[in-house]
Amino acid sequence: MNQRLERWLPALAVFIIVLVAWEGLVGAFHIQRFLLPAPSLIWTTFWRVLPDLALATGYTAGNAIGGLVLGAALGVLVALATARWTVINEGLMPFAVAVNAMPIIALAPILNQWFGLQNPFSKISVVALLVFFPVMINMVRGLTQVSPAALELFRSYAANEFIVLGQLRLPNSLPFLFSALKVGASLSVIAAVVSEYFGGTQRALGQFISQRAGLFNFPEAWAGIVVACLLGLGLYGIVVAVERAAMPWRR
Amino acid sequence: MQLTDINKTFGGRGADAVHALKDINLSIKSNEFISLIGPSGCGKSTLLRLVGDLITPSAGDVRVNGKPAHEARLKREYGMVFQQATLMEWRTIRQNVELPLEVMAWSADKRQARARQMLDLVHLAEFERHYPWQLSGGMQQRVAIARALAFEPALLLMDEPFGALDEMTRERMQLEVLRIWSQTHTTVIFVTHSIPEAVFLSTRVVVMSARPGRISAIVDVDLPQPRNFETREDPRFFEKITEVREALRRDEARGAALRAATS
Ligand SMILES: Nc1ncnc2c1ncn2[C@@H]1O[C@H](COP(=O)(O)OP(=O)(O)OP(=O)(O)O)[C@@H](O)[C@H]1O
Ligand SMILES: [Mg+2]
Repeated sequence: MNQRLERWLPALAVFIIVLVAWEGLVGAFHIQRFLLPAPSLIWTTFWRVLPDLALATGYTAGNAIGGLVLGAALGVLVALATARWTVINEGLMPFAVAVNAMPIIALAPILNQWFGLQNPFSKISVVALLVFFPVMINMVRGLTQVSPAALELFRSYAANEFIVLGQLRLPNSLPFLFSALKVGASLSVIAAVVSEYFGGTQRALGQFISQRAGLFNFPEAWAGIVVACLLGLGLYGIVVAVERAAMPWRR
Repeated sequence: MQLTDINKTFGGRGADAVHALKDINLSIKSNEFISLIGPSGCGKSTLLRLVGDLITPSAGDVRVNGKPAHEARLKREYGMVFQQATLMEWRTIRQNVELPLEVMAWSADKRQARARQMLDLVHLAEFERHYPWQLSGGMQQRVAIARALAFEPALLLMDEPFGALDEMTRERMQLEVLRIWSQTHTTVIFVTHSIPEAVFLSTRVVVMSARPGRISAIVDVDLPQPRNFETREDPRFFEKITEVREALRRDEARGAALRAATS
């Protein structure tokens, strides 16, 4: 317990220093509240708009989590097929790597129109698409980058392909999968919020932020941004917790 | 076991092709203990991997108990210990020893009992719940040995299994391997860089030379069985050591002369 505290202490100290400096600078230079509201103002605003904000956050969190799960599941499935048949692997991987380097988020307005602005799937699909590629690419690496010596060991046991998959390739791919999921957790909130900027239901975090900002109501917009950050951190934390549970052999 | 006119070339036909093994002929009777010794890169591991059907020869034929090596592998007649322990990091020590038994569909009870027994044998019983990263290199190698012995394979192929062990552990493991060998009637092929180890363990020592890898001498070690600490003090033990050493030295001299002639 003590050790954990020690590990978190520096981060906590930095966080508090930044908050205090922010508060102090805003006060000292009389920065206009619509340019950069002080943390204390964001805090009080947060509690005032909480009912609206909670509703919006619930909708956005649902889209982010739904897209994350869908994208990750598809990524794993395609990776399993890809790693199994080298032909697919060689045909598909260069494209996957190339597409992964593109700003997929730019597709958001188009997907919005395809599935309908009010349909949550128009947002979920953007999230899923963004999560899919890193998960698939990492998973293929995890399934294929097994130690040659371990493969020879299984070969010496005359183990069939299912055993090699279950006992060697899948456990080997877990660290790869989880590093992709951690990236995916942050990406999913970014994708969900940004795709909401382009329209859709009012009760969404992206709409909450963009509308308030449009009305120069910056304290409320900032409250929404802070919640979006917390949502990303929360999802990341969940992935880390699942990772610990799934890989107990790690220190 | 019968090796007939084995040749193995790695790589293409170009200049970078490596002629790893040349005209290997060797016949091994059941329940023999064979050591392979020779300079680094002379093809000892390659020969072992050919016997175990992990690679196929470029030419020639490997037969095990009258069957092609491929069939022997499918019948799970090989236990292998590699130069590295090659443990599964996500399995506990006991689960690692159970791995071959799991592949061979043993019941959970039998697996567990056998794994415990094998871990006792290599003096790692109290580590059964640890993960590989918590063990030293030598301890990991002992787990790998326990794993290979767990299903009592007809043929045990060991590639420098004791390289990472300290002298005392090494001597104990040598006696263990000999005990298991005499009890289970397995045939053992054992790669080592240590001349005393080769002589102490083997019924025959196969001396190899490099570029291309060939068998240059076979030394019969007719010291009495079972081998024990007295063996190491037997004058004939030292005679055999000298015999193997001279075979290795002859090769070295011949190699040097060859290099001098070609340069
Ligand atoms: N997969 C491979 N591809 C290409 N060359 C190889 C391969 N495996 C082995 N060789 C070559 O074959 C030769 C024999 O290698 P091998 O590993 O059998 O030597 P070794 O006798 O086991 O050496 P050491 O005592 O260092 O383990 C070496 O020249 C090596 O470079
Ligand atoms: Mg070797």
